[in-house]
Amino acid sequence: MNIDVMMAALPKLLEGAGLTLQLLFISGFFGVLLAVPLAVARASQSLAVKALPFAYIFFFRGTPLLVQLFLVYYGLSQFAFVRESPILWPVLSEPYWCAIITFSLHTGAYIAEILRGAIQAVPAGEVEAARALGMTRAGTMGRIVLPRAARIALPAYGNELILMLKGSALASTITLLDLTGMARTVIARNYMPLETFLMAGIIYMAITFVLVRALRFIEHRVSAHMRARPTGPVGVEPTA
Amino acid sequence: MSSETTAAPTVLAVENIHKRFGEIEVLRGISLEARNGDVVSILGSSGSGKSTFLRCLNFLETPSAGRIHLHGEEIRTRRDRAGMLRPADHGQLTRLRARVGMVFQQFNLWPHMTVLSNLVEAPRRVRGLGKAEAIEKAEALLEKVGLAERRDYYPAHLSGGQQQRVAIARALAMDPEVILFDEPTSALDPELVGEVLAVIEALANEGRTMLIVTHEIGFARDVSTRTLFLHEGRVEEDGAPAALFTAPESERLRKFLSRHLH
Repeated sequence: MNIDVMMAALPKLLEGAGLTLQLLFISGFFGVLLAVPLAVARASQSLAVKALPFAYIFFFRGTPLLVQLFLVYYGLSQFAFVRESPILWPVLSEPYWCAIITFSLHTGAYIAEILRGAIQAVPAGEVEAARALGMTRAGTMGRIVLPRAARIALPAYGNELILMLKGSALASTITLLDLTGMARTVIARNYMPLETFLMAGIIYMAITFVLVRALRFIEHRVSAHMRARPTGPVGVEPTA
Repeated sequence: MSSETTAAPTVLAVENIHKRFGEIEVLRGISLEARNGDVVSILGSSGSGKSTFLRCLNFLETPSAGRIHLHGEEIRTRRDRAGMLRPADHGQLTRLRARVGMVFQQFNLWPHMTVLSNLVEAPRRVRGLGKAEAIEKAEALLEKVGLAERRDYYPAHLSGGQQQRVAIARALAMDPEVILFDEPTSALDPELVGEVLAVIEALANEGRTMLIVTHEIGFARDVSTRTLFLHEGRVEEDGAPAALFTAPESERLRKFLSRHLH
C-alpha cells in the first residue's frame, strides 16, 4: 500500500466530496420540504387523503435508488414532450439535476415515513389539550404536533441522512464526479484502486463522523426538556 | 339550592347526552344545568361514564345524541351517513372550546415548551393576545398557582402536583366561562393531592363555574355546591352535597360512600 498515492489522490477526491455534500444537503433539504406534507397526509384518518402519500412512499421505498435514478436520467428522456419542453429539458438533460431530483424524491419518502411514525407517537393527550383550548386542527399541527414529532424523528432522520450520504455514490453511475465518481476517474489514471478507494472510504467516514456529531449537537439543543432538572438553589431561574 | 344560585344565569346546559361505543352504551341520557358560580362535583365508580360525560361537553368525545348549550349558544351538530352525530360547524366548535377550560388527569402539558410558553400559546394563537399582554397574564396566573419562579422550567422538571397547577393556570389563561376538571388529582402521589385541591378550592371561592369529576369525596363535599352521582351512564342522585352525603337516597350511593369515606 502506498501512502503517497493516497495523499496525491486527496485533492481530487476532496473536490468530489464537495459535490457529494452538495447532492446530500440539497436533496436533504428538498426531501424534508416534501416529507412534511406527505407525512401529515399519511397520518390522516381519511383514506382518500392518505392514499396518494401511501402509494408514493410505497414506490420509493419499494424500488432501488439506482433504478429510480435510471428512470429519471434515462427513462424520462424517452418522452418526446420532455425533450421538447423548454422547461423540463434543460433540467432533465443535466445529470446533476437528475440526481438532485431522484435523491430528493427518494429521501423524501423515507423521511415522510419516519415523520409519520413520529406524528403518531405524539401523545393524544397533548393534542386534546390543544383542541380543548380552542386551537384549530392546523394550529395544533403546526405548534404542537410537528414540533414534537420533529424531535421524536430526529435520531431516525440522522440515520436516513447517513444512508443517503452513501446512497449518493450512485450519482457516479450517471457521469457525476462525486466522491465515488472522482475516485473512479483518478483510478483510470493511476491504476491504484486499493489506495484510491481506501482514501475515498476514509473521506466518507470522516463526513459521517461530522454528521453524527452535528446531529447529536442538534438533538442536545432541542431536547432541553428531556434532560435532568436544572440544578441550583430553589427559586433561581435555570439558564436553559 | 340557595336563592342566589337559582338567580344566576345558566352557563352550561346539557340535555340528554347519550354516548355509545359500538354495542356499549356508556351514557344513557344525562342532563345538567350549571349556573354561574356552580361547582358541580361528579362522582361515580369507574365505568359509570363520568369522564366520558365530561369529555362529551367540549366534544373531545362526540356524543351519540344530546344537546349542549354554552351561554345559550348550542353546539351545532349534524348526522353523518352512518347516522353518527358530528359537529356541524368546526369553526363554531373551536370558538366554543376556547371558552371552556379543561384540566386533564394526565396534565397534558406540552413537554417541548417551557411553563410560560404553555400558558402563552393558546391566548396568543386563539385569542390573538399580544405577546407582552399574554406573558403578563401568564405570569400573574403562575403567581396565583404558586409557581411564578418556575416559569422557565420544562414540565418534566416539575412534580406532578406542580404540573397540574400549571395545567390549571393554562386553562385559566383563556378566561374560561366554565372549567372542566377530569379527575385532576387521580394521577398524583397522595402527598401532592392537597396542593392541587387547594388551587381548585381557591377558584371555587372566586365564584368560578366548574364541573369536577373526582374521587376525592371529602373535597367534593366541602367545595362543591352540587353533586351528581352517576351509575351506569345515568344520574343516580343529584343534589346539594350536604344532603347527598349525609342522607344518600340510593343504596348504591350509600355503598359508594362507605367504600370511599373509609
